[in-house]
Amino acid sequence: MSPIRRLLSYRGIPIWRDVRVLQAAGQLVSVMFVVSVLVFFVANLMSAADERGLSLGFDFLDQEAGFPIGESVIDYHPADSFLYAFGVGIANTLKAALLGVIFATLLGVAVGLARLSSNWLVRNLAGVYVQTIRNVPLLVQLFFWYFAVFQALPLVREAVRLPGPVYLSNRGLFMVWPRMTSTFDTWLGFLAVGLVVAVGLRFVLMRRERRSGRPSHAVVVPWLAFAAIGAIGWIAAGESPLGRSVPTLGEFNFEGGARITPEFGALLVGLVLYTATFIAEIVRAGIQSVSRGQSEAALALGLSSFQTTRLVVFPQALRVIVPPLISQYLNLTKNSSLAVAIAYPELFTVGRTMINQAGRAVPIFLLIMAAYLAMSLTWAAVGNLYNRRVQMVEH
Amino acid sequence: MVGTPEVLPPSTSVGIVGWLKANLLSSPVNVALTVVVGTLTAIAAVAMARWLVSADWSPIHESLKLFLVGQYPSEELWRIGAVVVGATALMGVSWAVWGGVMRTFARIVAAAGLIVALTPIEPAGFDLAVRLWYLGSAASVALGFAVGRAASLGPKWVIRAWALAFFLGMALIWGFDERSLGSSLRMLFGAGATLTVVLAGAGWVGRFPLAVVLRWLAWGWAVVFVVTIVMAWGLGQTDLAPRVNTSRWGGLLLTFVLAIVGIVASFPIGVLLALGRRSRLPVLKGLSVAFIELVRGVPLVTLLFMTVVIVPLFLPQGTSFDLVLRAVFAITLFSSAYMAENIRGGLAAVPLGQIEGAKALGLGGFQTMLFIVLPQALRAVIPAIVGQFISLFKDTSLVVIVGLLDILGIGKSLFLGNVRWFGAQAEVYLFVAAVFWVFTFAMAYASRKVEESLGVGSR
Repeated sequence: MSPIRRLLSYRGIPIWRDVRVLQAAGQLVSVMFVVSVLVFFVANLMSAADERGLSLGFDFLDQEAGFPIGESVIDYHPADSFLYAFGVGIANTLKAALLGVIFATLLGVAVGLARLSSNWLVRNLAGVYVQTIRNVPLLVQLFFWYFAVFQALPLVREAVRLPGPVYLSNRGLFMVWPRMTSTFDTWLGFLAVGLVVAVGLRFVLMRRERRSGRPSHAVVVPWLAFAAIGAIGWIAAGESPLGRSVPTLGEFNFEGGARITPEFGALLVGLVLYTATFIAEIVRAGIQSVSRGQSEAALALGLSSFQTTRLVVFPQALRVIVPPLISQYLNLTKNSSLAVAIAYPELFTVGRTMINQAGRAVPIFLLIMAAYLAMSLTWAAVGNLYNRRVQMVEH
Repeated sequence: MVGTPEVLPPSTSVGIVGWLKANLLSSPVNVALTVVVGTLTAIAAVAMARWLVSADWSPIHESLKLFLVGQYPSEELWRIGAVVVGATALMGVSWAVWGGVMRTFARIVAAAGLIVALTPIEPAGFDLAVRLWYLGSAASVALGFAVGRAASLGPKWVIRAWALAFFLGMALIWGFDERSLGSSLRMLFGAGATLTVVLAGAGWVGRFPLAVVLRWLAWGWAVVFVVTIVMAWGLGQTDLAPRVNTSRWGGLLLTFVLAIVGIVASFPIGVLLALGRRSRLPVLKGLSVAFIELVRGVPLVTLLFMTVVIVPLFLPQGTSFDLVLRAVFAITLFSSAYMAENIRGGLAAVPLGQIEGAKALGLGGFQTMLFIVLPQALRAVIPAIVGQFISLFKDTSLVVIVGLLDILGIGKSLFLGNVRWFGAQAEVYLFVAAVFWVFTFAMAYASRKVEESLGVGSR
């Protein structure tokens, strides 16, 4: 039979019911749809670029930025390039994200443990905190902290003086900060030696503990050694290696010490308080996920309740806690973009200023997206790394 | 004879003393903790109470209408009232049909309506007509309950009524004029045609009986036809419900429109994306994964900025589309990516045996998905889905950044170029926070109750 006759006499699944045909057709249609949408968009953009003189290149990046940035981790001057200004924005985002992650973790773990406390008052206070803060949008909280708290502080001349001294005013928070003196490098050398000695001691003591089976204070002794060497160095250096930089009221503002601007302060407080509620819930769920038998068995073996928590419950809870914790870190990093509403010059705020200044909306927008995607991917990579390390190994 | 040691009676473990011992004073550490934390709490509570009493609530008192509906024209407010009364009536019906959490909500809404209607406080513009609307919403809960009981409606009909109410409500809030007649007709008939293609396609791929497909189509077209004729043509000719430009929407009204449209739109898109991501077809899978990961990797602010500022550059010149619509678009895109990930988790939890069983019974692929897999998958992830809805509701506040006046935007706008209320910023933002809190807390509560009644995790 010729192929054509065979095709004509074919009595199997009709072509419009054939799954393979349907699947191929479905994929073809979706590809065509996506491609045509993209072509439509890009064609419009190109015609707009021609007619309205919209520039699409990245060549502007080495031109002078020409706009000031309120605060920055790295030195910045309006004469620097656009690319450098964008870097300043990234640095400011990283500063907010890193400090936010550290404080939110500390507060979140504390509140999570408090929610499991046997003390009724502590348990319920923690619950009230979580249930109120978590259910209010972060942006509302940022507005509250910025407009109703930080900006409502008294003027610089009437700044509130807290012990320290710490000065609170509507220009921000000024506090005493350590200042390195000429002997600081010498002291740093002593600290390095101390660190090496402490690590070595720890190693030796741990080995002895494992061999003899008797406790040999492998935690306390290295710390004591480190502190002792540090103290010797402090005295040996002659002049005190660290001085105090105290904020003093100048003509318009405080000078010296460390400053937390109202923008950064409001952002940090808002991010930390908001994210900590989610972390607290994660910690609580993680600890509750460890079965009761584990801690009962540990107590029956004669471990103290602190040892039970540290050596038995916590390591197991961590496996449940860390993956969602990292996604909260990612959320915190992304949420730092809300700072645009209170004018803290982070990545998105700087990007928006750049668009106004340079008029290159599309390229700058792509840069912003790429920067956030890079940060998200970094957090995702950290999470994957951890997951691979702690994955249960079945023996 | 050795004297038996005297055995003391066991310490009390019941009553107030027992409770105190067990919960507050069980060990020396706990005693100290209770004293310190209790003192601090008491100090904070007194300070807060003092502040609450001396706080200046006049900005809220005088701009309550702005907070609720923004610049929506006063003479058209009856339309908002009608939508609210319709919704409360449906809540009454739902109470009669479902009970459970709906009973709680319907009662709270009715009580709130009654209390507001009879409150002696008189914020600006709070006249008798407004009081009557609040009274009407309370009464309509009762009426809806009575109707629901008397007619003994099935849950199917209540869901249909809610769906219809969503479209009618949106249309009524937006309104019609003669210019909009043509576009409304085109839009609604376009929707009808799309519906036809989708239903026919689904029916064909899923091997539904022709009668079923025809019944769906008949229903779909009937609804589209009636809505088009009555709303676009009938109302467009009269001044009954003139178009209210979305630039005049604001306050809680805008927050609700953004949230509800966002929820309604992002849910089906999320389901499709989740199915796409699990698909065996490489192209569909690749597109879904790319979309989901791209959207989840960036903050919502950038997406809002994209739809508001960047996308117009990619459209033919002269096309302008509504700012509110653009914001909804960003919120929907963002939320649907997260929704997809939640639903994917549910899909993974459905045992393979279910699908094999459905196949063995002769169900088509589409039918298996619609009637066997999805119901089980969605039930398993109700908490995650509601959690996403709550996030979306909170995220609507971000539209402030692109210049829309939702309830937070109204709060902020009170201080623009106006120093009169400058000392009352804390009051305003706390009020906004409280409004958000009430609704998010209610959603979380509903999720917990529904979860319990469906027996998720215990079955």
